[in-house]
Amino acid sequence: MKRLVSLIITILVVSLGLGLTAHHLQRVSGVTGSGDNVLNLYNWGDYIDPSLISKFEHETGYHVSYQNFDSNESMFTKIRQGGTSYDLTVPSEYMVQRMKADHLLRPLDPHKLTGMNNISPQFKNLAFDPQNRYSVPYFWGTLGIVYNDKYVTPGSITSWNDLWQPRFKDNIMMVDSSRDILGMALMAQGHSVNTKKLSELKSAEQKLKTLTPNIKAVLDDEIMMYMEQNESAVAVTYSGNAAEMISNNKHLHYVIPKESTNLWIDSLVIPKTAKHVKAAYAFINFMNRPENAKQNAEYVGYSTPNQRAKALLPASVRNDQGFYPSNRVISNTQVYQDLGIKETGVYNDLFLQFKMFRK
Amino acid sequence: MKQSKAFYYIPYGLWIGLFVIAPVVLIVYQSFFSVSGHFTLGNYANYFHSGVYLKMTFNSVWYAFLITALTLLISYPTAYLLNQLRHKQLWLLLIILPTWINLLLKTYAFIGLLSRGGSVDNFLSIVGIGPKQLLFTDASFLFVATYIEIPFMILPIYNAIAELSPSYVNASRDLGASSWQTFSRVIFPLTLDGVKSGVQAVFIPSLSLFMITRLIGGNRVITLGTAIEQHFLVTQNWGMGSTIGVVLIVAMLITMLLTGERRKKRRTNHAK
Repeated sequence: MKRLVSLIITILVVSLGLGLTAHHLQRVSGVTGSGDNVLNLYNWGDYIDPSLISKFEHETGYHVSYQNFDSNESMFTKIRQGGTSYDLTVPSEYMVQRMKADHLLRPLDPHKLTGMNNISPQFKNLAFDPQNRYSVPYFWGTLGIVYNDKYVTPGSITSWNDLWQPRFKDNIMMVDSSRDILGMALMAQGHSVNTKKLSELKSAEQKLKTLTPNIKAVLDDEIMMYMEQNESAVAVTYSGNAAEMISNNKHLHYVIPKESTNLWIDSLVIPKTAKHVKAAYAFINFMNRPENAKQNAEYVGYSTPNQRAKALLPASVRNDQGFYPSNRVISNTQVYQDLGIKETGVYNDLFLQFKMFRK
Repeated sequence: MKQSKAFYYIPYGLWIGLFVIAPVVLIVYQSFFSVSGHFTLGNYANYFHSGVYLKMTFNSVWYAFLITALTLLISYPTAYLLNQLRHKQLWLLLIILPTWINLLLKTYAFIGLLSRGGSVDNFLSIVGIGPKQLLFTDASFLFVATYIEIPFMILPIYNAIAELSPSYVNASRDLGASSWQTFSRVIFPLTLDGVKSGVQAVFIPSLSLFMITRLIGGNRVITLGTAIEQHFLVTQNWGMGSTIGVVLIVAMLITMLLTGERRKKRRTNHAK
């Protein structure tokens, strides 16, 4: 008994000591984020060049507290539940639409924004946010196919339908996202990725089921690691992930399928619950500057909507058809619209059925 | 005196109320609401009518059963041998040691081992079997899940065997029972309680595995855990997610009841 008590006391003392140290360290580096000189940035993991954050802090005197989320939905749930005070977050286009509809966003004051002219008109004033009243484009990209030239002859994959060829048996990885994968099947059949017609969705699901023998795994960011290790010949994934894989393995290549593809845009928005709006505007304006946007694009690997930043990028990047496709390809892409909760459920159930299907 | 005793119950009462009863009540409550926030029994109707969820339930139970059976098959002899060894405590510690490491880390370690060009793959090539697709197969999923659950099966069985008085075994031998008879008529029935707690500790968590199904199974093995995760995080259909949760809770209660009832029966047999 005595030994037990002394053991418990030791554990308590050690935990208390560690707790106090952690608290002290936090105070020293100011992570708590409650003061006035703070910007609470709620962003995707590894979605900004850390040296830009220090540059911003140095220039403006604000302290940036950076927190991560890993899906639009989890970010949405957290902000909707309240109790948070994020000053800036980075939803994808359909989530901007939903947050707007739920009155979670603060309208932007155009007079406080600078550098909006740097952003290419292609990415402004789109259906999800007319006149950019709530959002400033941050990065954009596409959904496409990555292949490994050790297993696949370059140029032999040009369309979504090529994935159904028997030669890819058990050799395709795909992102675990109902919208993207059902969208892929919809596009392969020439339908819209925003369709709510049950017949089209059902036939897309049937089409996906016939792809089952070729599918090796349905994963998230782990795809990058596997593709870099030559585990699989083909992957269906996002352009930014593709850029990162390609920089680590020269055998990989990225293709935008010819039928059409999804074009997505992540944008900076200010939630209603923001407490440091001035800092948020300062950050948006800071990121709109071409040299900063360029540095960020080089670090993250996604495509920048900032046309002046794009002009600063090396020609090999700027002219890469996979990451900065021609206007003709871009005009052929489709942007997601918010489906609403009911249709999101339908998409998800169909996707689940596809995942459960065994050959 | 009595009052102070009641006072000691307060923390337990609070704990059970806040962290056991309240969450279960909340889950049951949520399960009666549709996406649009109306009271409905539709979630349950949906669950039992759509073949998808029933199939998923069947899948979950089947895989949980396989994992439990494999774990038991490995753990019982291990626990038995462990009791015969000289430095029991040391060996036991070595078996428990992996549970100190985070589950996610262990799973990632397996990815490294099983992936193409990983150590296991290389070994198979050297032996002459040739490179094989190891990851994302049922076999690898079962293997990793079993590996992770083994300590939870070994511990209760080990304790049960340690408590078994050797005089029973000796008596059985003296009275002419063969080794197999001694095992099946004396040792196994007397350690059955350990086996039951082991089965509970393994079967119930296995029903709702979702991380290993994704990382090792490549989402080719879909269990109820996957569906719950999606309903809460992607579709925001908390009602349906809760419904699946309720079904899982009921399934667990049934498992507990089944194992508990037999224990009672055996006690009455003893009384006879």
